[in-house]
Amino acid sequence: MNFSEVFKLSGLLCKFSPDGKYLASCVQYRLVVRDVNTLQIVQLYTCLDQIQHIEWSADSLFILCAMYKRGLVQVWSLEQPEWHCKIDEGSAGLVASCWSPDGRHILNTTEFHLRITVWSLCTKSVSYIKYPKACLQGTTFTRDGRYMALAERRDCKDYVSIFVCSDWQLLRHFDTDTQDLTGIEWAPNGCVLAVWDSCLEYKVLLYSLDGRLLSAYSAYEWSLGIKSVAWSPSSQFLAVGSYDGKVRILNHVTWKMITEFEHPAAINNPKIVVYKEAEKSPQLGLGCLSFPPPRAGAGPLPTSESKYEIASVPVSLQTLKPVTDRANPKIGIGMLAFSPDSYFLATRNDNVPSAVWVWDIQKLRLFAVLEQLSPVRAFQWDPQQPRLAICTGGSRVYLWSPAGCLSVQVPGEGEHSPAGTGTSALLFVVWRHTGRTGEAPAISSQGNCPQRLCVNLKAGAQCTGDPLPSALQGRSSPSLT
Amino acid sequence: MGDWMTVTDPGLSSESKTISQHTSETKMSPSSLYSQQVLCSSIPLSKNVHSFFSAFCTEDNIEQSISYLDQELTTFGFPSLYEESKGKETKRELNIVAVLNCMNELLVLQRKNLLAQENVETQNLKLGSDMDHLQSCYSKLKEQLETSRREMIGLQERDRQLQCKNRNLHQLLKNEKDEVQKLQNIIASRATQYNHDMKRKEREYNKLKERLHQLVMNKKDKKIAMDILNYVGRADGKRGSWRTGKTEARNEDEMYKILLNDYEYRQKQILMENAELKKVLQQMKKEMISLLSPQKKKPRERVDDSTGTVISDVEEDAGELSRESMWDLSCETVREQLTNSIRKQWRILKSHVEKLDNQVSKVHLEGFNDEDVISRQDHEQETEKLELEIQQCKEMIKTQQQLLQQQLATACDDDTTSLLRDCYLLEEKERLKEEWSLFKEQKKNFERERRSFTEAAIRLGLERKAFEEERASWLKQQFLNMTTFDHQNSENVKLFSAFSGSSDQDNLTVHSRQLQKKPHSMSNGSPVCMSKLTKSLPASPSTSDFCQTRSCVSEHSSINVLNITPEDIKPNQVGGECTNQKWSVASRPGSQEGCYSGCSLTYTNSHVEKDDLP
Repeated sequence: MNFSEVFKLSGLLCKFSPDGKYLASCVQYRLVVRDVNTLQIVQLYTCLDQIQHIEWSADSLFILCAMYKRGLVQVWSLEQPEWHCKIDEGSAGLVASCWSPDGRHILNTTEFHLRITVWSLCTKSVSYIKYPKACLQGTTFTRDGRYMALAERRDCKDYVSIFVCSDWQLLRHFDTDTQDLTGIEWAPNGCVLAVWDSCLEYKVLLYSLDGRLLSAYSAYEWSLGIKSVAWSPSSQFLAVGSYDGKVRILNHVTWKMITEFEHPAAINNPKIVVYKEAEKSPQLGLGCLSFPPPRAGAGPLPTSESKYEIASVPVSLQTLKPVTDRANPKIGIGMLAFSPDSYFLATRNDNVPSAVWVWDIQKLRLFAVLEQLSPVRAFQWDPQQPRLAICTGGSRVYLWSPAGCLSVQVPGEGEHSPAGTGTSALLFVVWRHTGRTGEAPAISSQGNCPQRLCVNLKAGAQCTGDPLPSALQGRSSPSLT
Repeated sequence: MGDWMTVTDPGLSSESKTISQHTSETKMSPSSLYSQQVLCSSIPLSKNVHSFFSAFCTEDNIEQSISYLDQELTTFGFPSLYEESKGKETKRELNIVAVLNCMNELLVLQRKNLLAQENVETQNLKLGSDMDHLQSCYSKLKEQLETSRREMIGLQERDRQLQCKNRNLHQLLKNEKDEVQKLQNIIASRATQYNHDMKRKEREYNKLKERLHQLVMNKKDKKIAMDILNYVGRADGKRGSWRTGKTEARNEDEMYKILLNDYEYRQKQILMENAELKKVLQQMKKEMISLLSPQKKKPRERVDDSTGTVISDVEEDAGELSRESMWDLSCETVREQLTNSIRKQWRILKSHVEKLDNQVSKVHLEGFNDEDVISRQDHEQETEKLELEIQQCKEMIKTQQQLLQQQLATACDDDTTSLLRDCYLLEEKERLKEEWSLFKEQKKNFERERRSFTEAAIRLGLERKAFEEERASWLKQQFLNMTTFDHQNSENVKLFSAFSGSSDQDNLTVHSRQLQKKPHSMSNGSPVCMSKLTKSLPASPSTSDFCQTRSCVSEHSSINVLNITPEDIKPNQVGGECTNQKWSVASRPGSQEGCYSGCSLTYTNSHVEKDDLP
């Protein structure tokens, strides 16, 4: 595994283009677009203020930069660098901005969720959608980009509106039987809409595209309910993670629960592989010291080495005692994601924060557990193969695949970092979507004082401009290529 | 108790008797002399009595006393002491003979009485001890009763406490339940309250929003604008269309199309799945029919007729269903038929399998015996043979040992002769060594033989196994080609084939067991032999045994020495103590401990100065 040199970054803003050719990152008010393969700067745009949000259009032709403080959105074209577009929301303010799936419309949500403005880049037309609901996941587009579902709130009742994205015509409008709708999500096939209530009530409603209620599911009452929801890429399963530390899988035929994944802190089944991250401080032998580092400061100084050990069952995972009298207690399934082939489901129980559970969906049982030394901050599946990247806020990125686990030290300490600062912290991981398999570098961003970006390249990727630190060459893992 | 009785001192008892006598005398009011006399006559002679008698008769009142006695005796039925008077005037004479007779009789009577008294007393004692025993028993039982009562009370107390606890717990549970109920009610009320509040707040919020909307949106905000260089084309390259009713309808159409597509896709999938399942079902059915049809004659002949009819149904069904076209019919028409027939067949198959299982277990038990006994017999014979050999070997060893021991015994008798015959022994040793090596060779031969035996046995087992496998495969083939066989044949074959697998396995296991057993026995045998040999080995050479005995002797002597020494010491000690006592008394009447220390001190002294003491 190879790593690029470290790039500067602000606001954790960096995104691969949907076609996987470019990488956009922000440094204060500058937007830098690089070629993924060469990592050379292709374009550099300067915005009016510090960028707070960027988004690629679906066709990878435009990039949207939102400056919420100013109520401004600037759009840049990759093909025509001189082309510019500025949208000013004025006194209404701006809290969210996103592309419509066709890449020609921008949806801006004004402050206080007064309305959503749909700006077109093709025509002068501007559409307004009133009463959008202020919730976690209020808008969702179908995979094919044909429809948008929008959560609304009128007269203390929740509604869902389905729009046709091509002309923003209202297709369906129906009220949902929820107390306080929190999220909506289309199934990947675009025919079923999952609607879930706020955490105060466990309720999942499933609506057909034409607004019919297909099913309603509630596991229990009087307790904190749903925390996270995910569709399997095959639209076959709906995984619902809740505050009771369980994931319930609903099927797409009867919409009944087919299984329940508990997340016990003690694992007794000998069939389950438990990977435990173990840290080993390197022995400061003579061989280490006598050999001067090839490039002082350039290479990472691994303070300690970490590797995975297979723990023998029974294993008891470290649990966090949640503070129950505070809002948003750290319990329940906060993160869950299906692998792109729908064979695996990765989950994190928030009161066992350092563990990632990987479930086998074919056999509907636990497959593996990874216990990290520090709490898991994020994980993401490789879009090409069942491979999970995890970061824990440390200086390593962890990879899991059915074959095994791997911990990779990311070269964080560049020559820019002042000596003596702590290790860098990886805050998120992004996989690049590409048409071809086998080339899916991950990005990891580091949230240390000078926020920097590090692009992780596969061995063999051309990085003419970026001589890799020689110390890293030995780190490439042939098992993963 | 009896022992105790025998133990009682007769003298003591007599004393007690006299005492009791006295008490009785004192107790009984001596109203009449007569009664006293009667009593006195019954008691044994004692000083008191003597003295009494002496007081009774004096020189003066002989006549009177005689007459009195006569009277008394006559009243008791004794003959009169006086001779029969011939005349009234003549004075009656004392008949000595009668007196003597009376005396004798009295004495006899006395003895008898004594005996009786003794008996009564022993009886009394017995009864008394019985009484004591019973009393002790009684007291013990009473105690027991008391303790058990106490225990019972304790248990009752505990029970009460537990019940109390239970009640408390019940109460707690109830309270908790109430609490839960209350909390649930509170939650519910809070929820409604919250919702209500939320609604209120939201209304306010909505009002504010509305107001804000009016303020912000209605005012012509110049700032809200899009500044764009030039409009770009649509992604699909088409031009945007106007919104009309037509587009609405088109959108609807499209939506339904999408939904329909999805449903169609799913239906297709389901159909495919269905087809797959149907295929599996069909295959299963076919296999079942083929499996069941050849043997269906058998149940018809042998067992109940119900299965037979079912099978005939099945046959018809099979005839119908075997047509491929049936499978393409929609499920509804065929489903019932299909499921019914499958169910029937399944039932038949199940019963058949159960029957087979039974038969297998039966035949298994039988066949097990007659097939395997032969081989087992073989093995047993072999083992017997081997054991015989071992026995012979042992005997030989024993005789050798005996001989050696005899020699040794003679050698041991007197050391001087042994010393003298040492040279001879060396010679003997050499000879024995030779013998030993010879014997070892023999043993080796034996072992070789045994190994060959076991090898042969293993080979036999392997061959058997191979044969069994061959047979099984042959049977399987036959089973597979069963349909071509005539029914009787197939029946037989089936019978076998059904359990052939298991029986084969069992045979194998038996074999393996035997194989296992054999080496085991062998391995058992050899160490025994070896141990025997090793046991006998030290016996045959003279030296070691001799040494042993020597050491034993020496041990004995040492023990003796050890035993003796304390004995020796004891008197010393006593003496020492004596002296010490004297000494200490003489020197200082110190504390006990000091005295003891002095004792230990003086003990050595005394040991040294033993000779000085007398």
